[in-house]
Amino acid sequence: MMGANIRRQKLATTNRIFAYLIHHLQSLVFSLGKIYQAPTTTIMTVAVIGITLSLPGGFYLFLKNIDALSGDFRSSSQISLYLDLTISEKQARAVEQQIKTFENVVSTEFISRDQSLKQFREDSGFGKSIDTLSSNPLPHTIIVEPPDDVDTFEIKNLLNALQAIPDVEIAKLDTEWLERLYTIIEIAKRSVIIITILFSCAVLLIIGNTIRLDIQNRYQEIIVTKLIGGTDAFIRRPFLYGGVWYGMLGGLISWLIVEIGYLAISGPLERLNLLYQSELTLVTFSFHDFIILITSSTLLGLAGSWIAVARHLNLIEPT
Amino acid sequence: MIEFHNVTKRFEGGYEALNNVSLQLAKGEMAFLTGHSGAGKSTVLKIIALIEKPTRGQALLNRINLNTVARFRVPYIRRNIGIIFQDHQLLFDRPVFDNVALPLLIQGYRRAEIARRTRAALDKVGLLHKEKSMPITLSGGEQQRVGIARAVVHKPMILLADEPTGNLDPVLSREIMQIFVDFNRVGVTVMVASHDLALIDELDKPRMTLEHGKLILNDLDTTQVGHAYDQDN
Repeated sequence: MMGANIRRQKLATTNRIFAYLIHHLQSLVFSLGKIYQAPTTTIMTVAVIGITLSLPGGFYLFLKNIDALSGDFRSSSQISLYLDLTISEKQARAVEQQIKTFENVVSTEFISRDQSLKQFREDSGFGKSIDTLSSNPLPHTIIVEPPDDVDTFEIKNLLNALQAIPDVEIAKLDTEWLERLYTIIEIAKRSVIIITILFSCAVLLIIGNTIRLDIQNRYQEIIVTKLIGGTDAFIRRPFLYGGVWYGMLGGLISWLIVEIGYLAISGPLERLNLLYQSELTLVTFSFHDFIILITSSTLLGLAGSWIAVARHLNLIEPT
Repeated sequence: MIEFHNVTKRFEGGYEALNNVSLQLAKGEMAFLTGHSGAGKSTVLKIIALIEKPTRGQALLNRINLNTVARFRVPYIRRNIGIIFQDHQLLFDRPVFDNVALPLLIQGYRRAEIARRTRAALDKVGLLHKEKSMPITLSGGEQQRVGIARAVVHKPMILLADEPTGNLDPVLSREIMQIFVDFNRVGVTVMVASHDLALIDELDKPRMTLEHGKLILNDLDTTQVGHAYDQDN
């Protein structure tokens, strides 16, 4: 009969499970205590992790804002109709009424030549030069608003139908620049994925190396623990939790860095907003984003420490 | 409890630490392992503690063959052994209490139970008043006693000590040895490696002597004429 077995049975199963959970909690607190005892090292490690993660985090936030911005464009794919310069306002109004009956037209807006000129005079600052012109060079304009949920094919059909009206000089749907923008956003998105992968690897290495040093510093403790019957799992646990703490705190730091950066930028951006009279609203990390950031940095910490522990802990044996 | 059958231990490079050593120590017995340094005393203890494996021959602990123990079972077997080192192997980053409590923590005892047993072990070695001290503030003899308290706190069946009095003066050494005798009296199997022959002579316990890896004297082996352990010794 194995003495070890007898001894193990001495503790009731429920007690053992309870003790096991308690030990997990103790390791968690103990590893946090270790971190607290060596604040300089910890702060440096955590800061490096935070800065590293703040780059993909910042890029993500940037993209999120661009996406929100381009979403606004997407829903406002208007068609501008520039009418023949020779037709009267009455004729132009008649064209507008005709267009209102078209399929896929939600609303129209009529801007007369005079209105256009007046607007241009006010906005451009070229008032004096305009006065020198003998006639108004601007045509009557009709802005056609298609429904939000309409697809590109139907928009193209509508555009062709509008272009076919005799009094319409130019029907313009400016989608090309939008498509270019989407492509650029797509490139940026993929870049962010690459950056995220690369920087996650960096975090993995940073945490792995920190834990490796930690294992070396606690060489004696590991030896003694092995000698008095500590299992590999028992010895591994505080190091794994150490990695978890590094990852979690690093994630928090990176979140702080990005939020501070956001605050620093948001002031001038709002001024820019006012200058352009646009309805831009900046978005920051949502609660959902925050949870994902912290969870993934924590998991990175766990993975990094796991690698270090698997590589170095088994090599330490009492002699 | 401990059985060695023709155990040979050869280290890399050809150095032979043990040569065909056979010995037995029954449950509840206490014996001294003597010999000059380098005679193989530590190797015997290391084989029992699963730190080294025999090159040839069989070593058994509690009828478990130590040659073939799977890695994952090693910790559970070690929990039956209390080991005392010459250099104490205390952890200097935590107080005496935490050092002594470590074996209980490893085995998943409840807090209250840990506190109770740890204080009992410290009381046994006369250091209950030092439980909050850091090991570095203790004298050599006190550190060794903390080491002993840690080795016995989980009530192991076997106590192994490797030169426990190596760095201590005669009075302290005698105190330490007396602690081992006391543990043996309550049923713990004890094996102490020591070259302090004067002190061993004072204690009425069987001896096993090693020389250059060979067992040249064994008081416990009655088949060996002339070396039989004499009760009146």
